[in-house]
Amino acid sequence: MDMTGEQLIPAPREVVWNALNDITVLKDCIPGCTFLEKQEDGSLAAKSVLRIGPIKASFSGKVTFSNIIPMEGYSIVGEGQGGVAGFAKGGADVHLRDAEGGTMLVYTAKADIGGKLAQLGSRLIDSTSKKLAGEFFERFASEVVSKAAVPA
Amino acid sequence: MQLKNSRYVGQPLPRVEDFRLLTGNGTFVDDCHRPNMACAVIVRSPVAHGRLLAIDATAAQELHGVLAVLSANDLGLEIPRIPFRIAAFEEATPFQQPVIAKDRVRYVGEPVAVIIAESQAVAEDAAELIQIEIDELAPIASSRDSLRAQAPMHEDLGSNIAFQYTIDRGDAAGVFSRAPYKRKETFYVQRHTAVPMEMRGLVAEWNESKGHMSVWGAAKVPFFNRHVLAGMLGLPDKSVDLIELDVGGGFGVRGEFYPEDFLIPFAARHLQRPIKWSEDRREHLMATNHSREFECELEVACDAQGKVLGLRGQVIADLGAYVGTTGGILASRAAQFMPGPYDISALSIDVLSLATNKTPSGSYRGPGRFESSFARERLFDIAARDLGIDPISFRLRNLLRPDQLPYSTGNLVPYEQDASYDLGDHPTVLRRCASEIGWEQKAALRGREVDGRYHGIGFGSFIDSSGAGPKENCRIRLEPNGRISVFIGSSALGQGIETGFSQICADALEVPIESVSIHHGSTTLLDEGFGSFHSRSIIMGGNAIADAAEKLISLLKAEAASLFECNADNIQYRNGIFVTAAKDPIALADLARVLPKTAEADGTFGTKRKPYGYGTHAAHVAVDIRTGHVEVIEYVAVEDVGKMINPLLVHGQKIGAIVQGLGGVFLEQLSYDDNAQFLTGSLADYLLPTSTDYPNIRAISLDLTRTDRNPMGVKGVGEDAIAPVAAVIGNAIADALSSFGVQPTRLPLTPCAVWQLMEQSKESEAH
Repeated sequence: MDMTGEQLIPAPREVVWNALNDITVLKDCIPGCTFLEKQEDGSLAAKSVLRIGPIKASFSGKVTFSNIIPMEGYSIVGEGQGGVAGFAKGGADVHLRDAEGGTMLVYTAKADIGGKLAQLGSRLIDSTSKKLAGEFFERFASEVVSKAAVPA
Repeated sequence: MQLKNSRYVGQPLPRVEDFRLLTGNGTFVDDCHRPNMACAVIVRSPVAHGRLLAIDATAAQELHGVLAVLSANDLGLEIPRIPFRIAAFEEATPFQQPVIAKDRVRYVGEPVAVIIAESQAVAEDAAELIQIEIDELAPIASSRDSLRAQAPMHEDLGSNIAFQYTIDRGDAAGVFSRAPYKRKETFYVQRHTAVPMEMRGLVAEWNESKGHMSVWGAAKVPFFNRHVLAGMLGLPDKSVDLIELDVGGGFGVRGEFYPEDFLIPFAARHLQRPIKWSEDRREHLMATNHSREFECELEVACDAQGKVLGLRGQVIADLGAYVGTTGGILASRAAQFMPGPYDISALSIDVLSLATNKTPSGSYRGPGRFESSFARERLFDIAARDLGIDPISFRLRNLLRPDQLPYSTGNLVPYEQDASYDLGDHPTVLRRCASEIGWEQKAALRGREVDGRYHGIGFGSFIDSSGAGPKENCRIRLEPNGRISVFIGSSALGQGIETGFSQICADALEVPIESVSIHHGSTTLLDEGFGSFHSRSIIMGGNAIADAAEKLISLLKAEAASLFECNADNIQYRNGIFVTAAKDPIALADLARVLPKTAEADGTFGTKRKPYGYGTHAAHVAVDIRTGHVEVIEYVAVEDVGKMINPLLVHGQKIGAIVQGLGGVFLEQLSYDDNAQFLTGSLADYLLPTSTDYPNIRAISLDLTRTDRNPMGVKGVGEDAIAPVAAVIGNAIADALSSFGVQPTRLPLTPCAVWQLMEQSKESEAH
């Protein structure tokens, strides 16, 4: 599954960048995320409940950040295991640039799924991913906007 | 013996099985329950290729109701490998499948552990708690990748080629260097498979005091599988019984020996508990044999008048991760049947079987025939069009004539003897098919647009062998109550053998069909038997019944002679009555009552001389070029099946095979992604034809020529009608879209695929 997109966030770049690195914000915005915690090595441990078509499963995994350029963007790579429900792994490149009305967040994402998730959910993975991405950005935008409104 | 009486043989009797099955009184394996029975679930690899590092079953074992979690380490040092049953290519032996993965996993769905629990629900819950640690390796997702791969999938082997060879006939190189016309195309048939309505299942029970293993749920080849299982369990054959219950469809995939056929009996003995395992549909789609995936480059050489001078090319079968019981059948049969029913003097085909990280492939109805017919018949239509000859004339120019039959094909399969096509009249069958589809009347419709849809007519001719394998055995017993019991090694897979065998036995013994009971397919019935595949049951089993009946009659004549106090030669047996000059006649049932002991006779039949069925199919299709949707307006099959035991059974097999073939043409595809992850794990992802999809199929079964290759003179009829289906539809679509130059060469022909062909033709026109 490959996905690219961009989303205008009505907030200054610094606010968006900080939110992208704020674990509480991410946890609240990632659909189904029940646990997100920074590890000693800088990676994030994550737990998330995902529903794709007929499968609902709890995935636990690890997300690592790389190519971090402050205020510009980063790459994330993650892998989640859902036991017999299968697994998902993937990554995304996220870039920020100034835009009229705020900050443009540009992303390209790639994900591979396996096991039961692939066997029963492959038809639905594109639409589900788009839906999840949509939900994430909707929440992220509103989080960021509310943060921007409150002076730090 | 040849049947003299034909009160039943040849009659379209309704199936004797149907009342039981249609009133819900069948007994399928899931209906089988044993006291104190536990349930098993197989834990399967979620990745396509990797090193199996560890299986952590701690949490699963702690779950209440879990009896055991077994993995390779519990099986001992030597993990048994599943042997070949047919098409045994020695060099492919290292590709045989271990019954459970030990150090490596090679496809999604490969068994890595078996959970046994008090209930199915607990076993399934426990499966969710198993942690499998796999160090992933680069997966091989296609035969192209398999050839290119740097590291072979089977680490001890030099390559991913399971076997390769070339078949030759005549001087192909010479013919192709001189031929005035040549045309080469590449064809692809997608991975798909049988998908019987009933999935696999087993119940295994170990009797410790008798040292005996019973396994319910056997199908197809129970005697062969008994031998394999006994060997793996270290038991003599007679200490293992495989018991056949009702079987909800086989089509080649069900009843072969799979890993579970060892794992479940092994677990039953290990735990001293009866154990049931029932496959679910997702499991079935990734764990039961796949089939058909085939790529073929084929070139034809013709003279200017359309006489085919030679055929050459390469056949590549994608085997999946292991070579199963049906060995090299896919590639070898595709090559063997590539020349089809035509007079082609020069032939050269390179045959290649490759391993990939996908579910192992095996025999599925018409293995190699469906694929090769698609390639050959499509290429012939393309050539005919190039040469300005219509497809009927092109075929008539090349079909074998009756005076050329029987026709020696030479040696087209390395491990087999030379083959020879049976008697027949191919041109007559083709002409009949053309007339049935309305070839002349519909000429103006071909390639024409009517209400936004383009109409076309396509043909496909084929030939197919039947009746392979070892001999079949049978015992007929005259019960003391006068009824007839037939015990036979042939197995029922839905093809109606209880009906056909009843007809044969009733005629052979000249008794009412109602007095005959057929008992089949279980190793408990006979010391030795074989089973059903390659449309062999009526040929092998039917002739064995006739043989046993003949022997039973002479035995009973001897009994009657002592009763009559006369010489057995003076006794006539007619219509179930023993007659002699001086005494009152005695009926079979009355004789049964006074016999000192129950009379029974054993019969057998085996032959290496395979009969061949053949025919031509045609279809009229309408193609909507805006959506790519193809409607099969009419489909006609004309085949020379020879002698029919039961025309109703024949007809059902023909229609069923064609619908199954149309599923393979339009709907069915077992899909994998680039990581060899299996993507079609449900019947919402893997589409099957249903009863309303193709309502306009006519099958015309002719009795034009009879085979002399077995005493009853019967050919197999169940399997072969699937062979030309893809070719027929491909040719009909090409005919409909001839003004666009569309030539389908890849299956399946989904609306999307047909639409893309149209788009490509527009593009090439634009350039």
